[in-house]
Amino acid sequence: MEALSSFPLELTGPEVPMVRFMNVRKTYGDFVVLDNLNLDIAPGEMVTVIGPSGSGKTTVLRMLMTLETINGGVIYVDGKPLTHMPKNGVLVPADAKYLRKARSSIGMCFQHFNLFPHMTALENCMEGPVQVLGLSRREAKERAEELLSMVGMIEKKDQHPARLSGGQQQRVAIARALAMRPKVMLFDEVTSALDPEVIGEVTNVIQDLVTKHNLTMLMVTHQMGFARDISDRICFFYGGKIEEQDTPEELFANPKSKRTQQFLSAVKAAD
Amino acid sequence: MTYISFLSDYGGRFVDGMLVTALQFLCSLALATVLALVFGLMLLSSNAAVKGAAVVYVEFFRGTSLLVQLFWLFFVLPLFGITLEPFFTGFLAVGLNIGAYGAQLVQGAIKSVPRGQWEAAYALSMSPAKRMRRIIIPQALVIMLPAWGNLVIELLKSTALVALIAVPDLMFEAKQLNSSTYLSTWTFGTALVIYYIFARFLVTPTMRSLEHVMARRMGRS
Amino acid sequence: MHWDWQFTAEILPRLLWATLNTLMAAGLGYAIAAVLGLVFAIAQRTPFRPLTVTVRELVEFLRSTPLVLQIFFVYYVGPEYGVSLSPWVAGMIAIGLHYAAYLSEVYRGGIESVPKGQWEACTAINLTTAQTYRRIILPQALPLSVAGMGNYLISIFKDTPMLSVIGVAELMQAATAIGGQNYRYLEPYTIVGVVFLVISLFSAASIRGFEAWIRRKLGMY
Ligand SMILES: Nc1ncnc2c1ncn2[C@@H]1O[C@H](COP(=O)(O)OP(=O)(O)OP(=O)(O)O)[C@@H](O)[C@H]1O
Ligand SMILES: [Mg+2]
Repeated sequence: MEALSSFPLELTGPEVPMVRFMNVRKTYGDFVVLDNLNLDIAPGEMVTVIGPSGSGKTTVLRMLMTLETINGGVIYVDGKPLTHMPKNGVLVPADAKYLRKARSSIGMCFQHFNLFPHMTALENCMEGPVQVLGLSRREAKERAEELLSMVGMIEKKDQHPARLSGGQQQRVAIARALAMRPKVMLFDEVTSALDPEVIGEVTNVIQDLVTKHNLTMLMVTHQMGFARDISDRICFFYGGKIEEQDTPEELFANPKSKRTQQFLSAVKAAD
Repeated sequence: MTYISFLSDYGGRFVDGMLVTALQFLCSLALATVLALVFGLMLLSSNAAVKGAAVVYVEFFRGTSLLVQLFWLFFVLPLFGITLEPFFTGFLAVGLNIGAYGAQLVQGAIKSVPRGQWEAAYALSMSPAKRMRRIIIPQALVIMLPAWGNLVIELLKSTALVALIAVPDLMFEAKQLNSSTYLSTWTFGTALVIYYIFARFLVTPTMRSLEHVMARRMGRS
Repeated sequence: MHWDWQFTAEILPRLLWATLNTLMAAGLGYAIAAVLGLVFAIAQRTPFRPLTVTVRELVEFLRSTPLVLQIFFVYYVGPEYGVSLSPWVAGMIAIGLHYAAYLSEVYRGGIESVPKGQWEACTAINLTTAQTYRRIILPQALPLSVAGMGNYLISIFKDTPMLSVIGVAELMQAATAIGGQNYRYLEPYTIVGVVFLVISLFSAASIRGFEAWIRRKLGMY
């Protein structure tokens, strides 16, 4: 593992990526999940991660949300280090306070929504803005209602999550994340826990975000058609490494790696 | 006076008290175990009178406080011409009290043995007694052991109350020493630590290994 | 020995009056235990190892040593360091600490049953740890815990007679005083038993009702 002193304190230059994974390593005990991961995501780019189960896709997102600590390398967001902080001219592992500030530009939606069950849809979306951003309740409510309208959930704003279908809950979860005005949005298999007939209502919302907003997005999905339609780039993960990455057209039409070919044909056969 | 010299002066008293506490513990544990099993089975009886008697026992001893039961046995029974040794009164009260809690554990554990087990034993045409003894109780034991372990700790703690009817147990010795030496931190502190060691390093590990052995016998581990 | 109804009538008002003290002691002790128990539970979840280990061990200690000894300890140790506690204060501290240990386990169960995803969602919207507990975790964990906390109220109630050992004027102490003055223990101790039985049976029933109601309410989630 290289010394932290070899990592820049800040990314500069004409084209600073919104997200940069630099030689990132993640292990659980002896088990290496990700080894030497390098990945840049440009501002406004939509990148989709695909790959077989256990290849480390979720881990990439969780590291970026700071839900997992990393064991090597540095992650930068918007040019600034996320997992580390500058101290006396070198990077040191970030403390809790720094992490909290650094992750404020990142939002995440989970496979199982994780809405707060004791709060209504509206309250779920107001919680962060009021408690963290310090908005007044009125401002937070306006913002939440606007977002709930955007995801088509305004009529259900006073319902508790238990009264909502999976697709509805996931749309509220997206609104809740957006209410924090993140620069980077992470979606981890947000349609995997949904019944097939409601998947569309969630993918439509994400599609909308891509066309109308200038968010940077990183998404994990098993829906190849959806990934092809909306991504700027697809990364195929295999065994904790990026096996191949390309535009969707190129990657789906003529995958270069043998493993990518196998994976794609297996997925196609399953569909 | 240092704590070391305190211990060398009075250590013997603590040891004496410990032995009495250990005896109280063993006697009341034996009594409580028997009562728990008997009344636990009675609680499951389909005979209303048998079941009713068990319910009265359980509710009475759970509902009135142990200290009240102890004092009643100690101060009131002699008025009816029944005079019991304090030592005997002590473990009788503790055993009766904890036995009531134990009976409920036994009842609950037996009830939670899956129905299929009862039916399987029935299909082998086992007699009811045999079915209970060979099939149901061994499984119920495994189910109830963790909760039983907690109850045994409660029982150990309860034995401290017998000091209040002048049984010379650990608690009693500590109290006596306190009033003669006025070294409250050392006397009560030492007694507390001894109870703690007894519970944490004797009773709990014993119960754990019992759980382990039972689980192994059931083929899980 | 026969039951003296006239004596019963004479002492009943005094005993009922003392019952109020018993109830107050139980209520106060429970309130302290409920708050302190939450502190113990959360302290055991901090990332600061020395704190979690210390609190864990303290909880084990409080749970596995006799309450009556703890009451003596708190009452007599204070003056050695120049702090004199009244029987009431000492008693409430001891009962509050003892039951805080039990309740902390109940809270812990409640907190642990909140899904991990809730914590992660809190990180994702960047709540502080304090906000996460206050706004998201405890509102979900406490109702779950409350459904398991009622029994400890009855347990505290049944343990209040132990306060008589340091002279708190609760029911048991009143009965013992009456018994000593009149050389009659049958009536006072029996009345105490009846009062305990009636109150515990009644409160057990109401707590069961309350908990069923809470569970039904939670079922809505
Ligand atoms: N907390 C953990 N402890 C140990 N190993 C873990 C832990 N979390 C994940 N792993 C392992 O890390 C590897 C990558 O997991 P990850 O969840 O990132 O996979 P994934 O690509 O998202 O898979 P899936 O498609 O099934 O969601 C897996 O082998 C997994 O078993
Ligand atoms: Mg995953």
